[in-house]
Amino acid sequence: MNSQLSNQTARQRILARLHASGTEQTDVPDAPLPSEISLAGDAKIERLAALMSAIRAEVYIVESDSWQDKLKQLARKRGWKRVLYGPQGPIGPEIESAWPADADDLPKLVAYTQPVESFKSELFQNIDVGITSTRGGVAETGAIALWPTPAEPRLLSLVPPVHVAVLDADTIYNSMTEMMAAERWTDGMPTNALFISGPSKTADIEFTLVFGVHGPKELIVLIRN
Amino acid sequence: MQRKVSPDPSNKVYFFATCLIDAVYPDAGMAAVNLLRSQGVEILFPPDQSCCGQPAFNSGFIQQARTVARKQIHVFSKPYPIVVPSGSCAGMMKHHYPELFAGTKEEAAARDFASRIFDLFEYLATVLNVRLDDRGAPTTVTWHSSCHALREMNVVQYAKALIGQLSKVTLVELERETECCGFGGTFAIKQAAISAAMVKDKVDDIRRSGASTLLAGDCGCLMNIAGAMAHGQLAIDGKHLAEFLWERTNGQ
Amino acid sequence: MGSKTSFDFDSNIDTALNDGQLRKNLRNAMDILVEKRRAIFPDSDQLQQLRAAGNAIKRRALKKLPQLLEQLEAKCTANGIHVHWAEDTSQANHIILEIMRRHEASAVVKGKSMVSEEMHLNRFLEAHGLEGVETDLGEFIIQLNHETPSHIIVPAIHKNKDEVAAIFHEKLTGTPYTEDVEELTAIARRTLRERFADAKVGLSGVNFAIAETGTLLLVENEGNGRMCTTVPDVHVAVMGLEKVVEKLSDVPPLLRLLTGSATGQLITTYINMISSPRKADEKDGPKEVHLVILDNGRSSILADPQLRQTLLCIRCGTCLNHCPVYVRIGGHAYGHVYPGPIGKILTPQMEGLEKAGVLATASSLCGACGEVCPVKIPIPDLIRRLRYESYDQEAAAVVDGGGYKKNFAETMVWKGWELANRSPLLNELGTRVAGAMGNHLPKVGPLKQWTSVRTAPRIARKSLHQRLRDEGVNHE
Repeated sequence: MNSQLSNQTARQRILARLHASGTEQTDVPDAPLPSEISLAGDAKIERLAALMSAIRAEVYIVESDSWQDKLKQLARKRGWKRVLYGPQGPIGPEIESAWPADADDLPKLVAYTQPVESFKSELFQNIDVGITSTRGGVAETGAIALWPTPAEPRLLSLVPPVHVAVLDADTIYNSMTEMMAAERWTDGMPTNALFISGPSKTADIEFTLVFGVHGPKELIVLIRN
Repeated sequence: MQRKVSPDPSNKVYFFATCLIDAVYPDAGMAAVNLLRSQGVEILFPPDQSCCGQPAFNSGFIQQARTVARKQIHVFSKPYPIVVPSGSCAGMMKHHYPELFAGTKEEAAARDFASRIFDLFEYLATVLNVRLDDRGAPTTVTWHSSCHALREMNVVQYAKALIGQLSKVTLVELERETECCGFGGTFAIKQAAISAAMVKDKVDDIRRSGASTLLAGDCGCLMNIAGAMAHGQLAIDGKHLAEFLWERTNGQ
Repeated sequence: MGSKTSFDFDSNIDTALNDGQLRKNLRNAMDILVEKRRAIFPDSDQLQQLRAAGNAIKRRALKKLPQLLEQLEAKCTANGIHVHWAEDTSQANHIILEIMRRHEASAVVKGKSMVSEEMHLNRFLEAHGLEGVETDLGEFIIQLNHETPSHIIVPAIHKNKDEVAAIFHEKLTGTPYTEDVEELTAIARRTLRERFADAKVGLSGVNFAIAETGTLLLVENEGNGRMCTTVPDVHVAVMGLEKVVEKLSDVPPLLRLLTGSATGQLITTYINMISSPRKADEKDGPKEVHLVILDNGRSSILADPQLRQTLLCIRCGTCLNHCPVYVRIGGHAYGHVYPGPIGKILTPQMEGLEKAGVLATASSLCGACGEVCPVKIPIPDLIRRLRYESYDQEAAAVVDGGGYKKNFAETMVWKGWELANRSPLLNELGTRVAGAMGNHLPKVGPLKQWTSVRTAPRIARKSLHQRLRDEGVNHE
């Protein structure tokens, strides 16, 4: 194919120029990184919560075995109608078990189990909240890490106006660097990995901060401690 | 930032006038010389000195800059400190001379020369540890940091510390002290409109400070700012800090 | 000015300097960005250490550039990402066109990408009957108004909310006039959500491409980047070839420098890392991911050891924010995609000195850009270098168009200056003549420019040389 041929030509010519540039002969001294922060467990939780709250995430510290109560309380108070979740995900069964089928004061649970192609209009128009688990948190900058999976797809944390993320306190790392190293991310990156520090925001008009420009307007983090 | 120099037993220093002080602000040059002498320093003034070469260097005429730089290195060849009453010229000689001769047989001489460069106020404050006795009337001044004193030489703190020693002088800092006044050598000519906008803002800032005197340590900036103040018929005096310090401490 | 200069810089500058609203908008915005950056790096020693580390990481990446690009290609390919190489912007545009045609896409939703601006992709697509839809709020605003970004991070920063209100009211049918920023943002959200849901192809830039893992990393606050890279069937990422870094562990310090320098944030809302298209059992995400690696002059820039440092840039825009020239003339005056200090060194190297070398004159060499650059690009040194290349008296220029400004008159001025400053007699004579003329120097040429806003310098009757000689100073 013609385009493939020209792609090969471009590739060879670019690489040839790069090799001929002499860049490979330069000396680059190492420069040490500033030391990382190192916090105790509770301090990590506090820092993450403080930093994320400062940029308008709502952070609640909840009991590990009754975290769903907080979820239901929020659902009732805010009048959510339809909540999207991943039934096969790590927190799917816990959500279901806490959701009596006949409770008419709770939102309807919607399962994200089909390919987005057959689910797009529902997803874009008819969902109030997406709930996900998280892979961990980062205290230094205040962020949660997500590795979306087939059970908890990528758009779950992006399209609905509210994103509820469930974070286990013992998965909060000091820094991104520490998390990537401890979990050996380089052994195999997922299709998509995310750090999320707050709700979607913009300041493009006169630096006026507005939330929910494209992604969720609200980010609620439930830290299970 | 403080550098240790082994005090020269003969207490001699070279004085580099800078071309602007030589031709336009000789009073500032005399004041600097007098300040140094008042501390028991002997001034050596090689008459063959000229310009640091920065105008050509910054304009893209590196060859010409190099020739003129070579001349200065030759003229200031003995191992005395070289005191410079301009952060910009000092920055040129301290940081860019070694670059100009990098990889040539003159590099060592350029490095030796560069290592002996001192900003005047740096020298007064850190080597001579001057103590100033203010004999003037109470007054309010403001200070303009030249970009190269600020960013290349990192010596603004010394100038301000010296002003701080004057008991009857109130220093009001500019709102945008670290912003360029728009001089930039040939920039003022090649991009005259931008330069004019910059100096206008600088003058507005100075006016708002309420000071009656603008002090600076660089005659390029001074020529630009004081020229713009005079053009706008502002009753604010622009003065090289050396001149001001000498006046205040000698009751003039 | 060179006759082949591709734009009227002088006229752009005059227009900008006389636009009071623009200057006010810019000053306010730059003050905010400068203050936010200052606040996020409270510890100066730590910042210097971080900058040194950032510089070393990027220099190491440039040292290994060919090898890292090949590694990136191999990793991406193994992960299922299609990798394309483009020598120039035309090739890159055609690669995208072909992908869009293959998928019968009439539009592409775009996340913010300076490389796509460099490619003038929207104009190219329009010429082929296709549409590029900007989805970053700032980009969306200026696209509606048929403008280009005036800043590489905050593209619509030259507009205030009244102007945005007018643009939305005029260009988006049925939109009532409102200056409420929440409401304006909501209008953009509604309009663009439809485009995201419908789009077959999404496009993004790349902040860092990680060779070790074959990962494309994108930084953003709005979520439009995630939309563009997740909702459509196809994701095309375009990157300048200098965006590759060696290791995943190189990323956190660079991110800290990037977000801190750009917007004064510890971290952006989203760090989006993409390593493959949708896998068999996954429910969403693009089924095809393409990476277009663009050269467009970068490999030539790499060939000079000093100019190479231009390619360390991580496009944070903080040199613009701190530049006393940018804050007064804004991004459009520079006439090219990359404005401000980084534009002054990048554009002449990409476009050639004849077309864009004049940009290098627009600097007082105050050094503010170099002082704040998170990866320590010595921008003032590189501006000086380009000025040197512009006159190129030693026929040693490496930049295209070298020597374009060489002219007899200016050369003679500097040769005369050189002669005067190396021969004491001439130097003295010059100062004496000028001193004797005192205030009567003719106000022509440079002095005329000077005296339009300043009084002329008064040459002293007696130079310092004379005064010190008269009193018998020692000169050993």
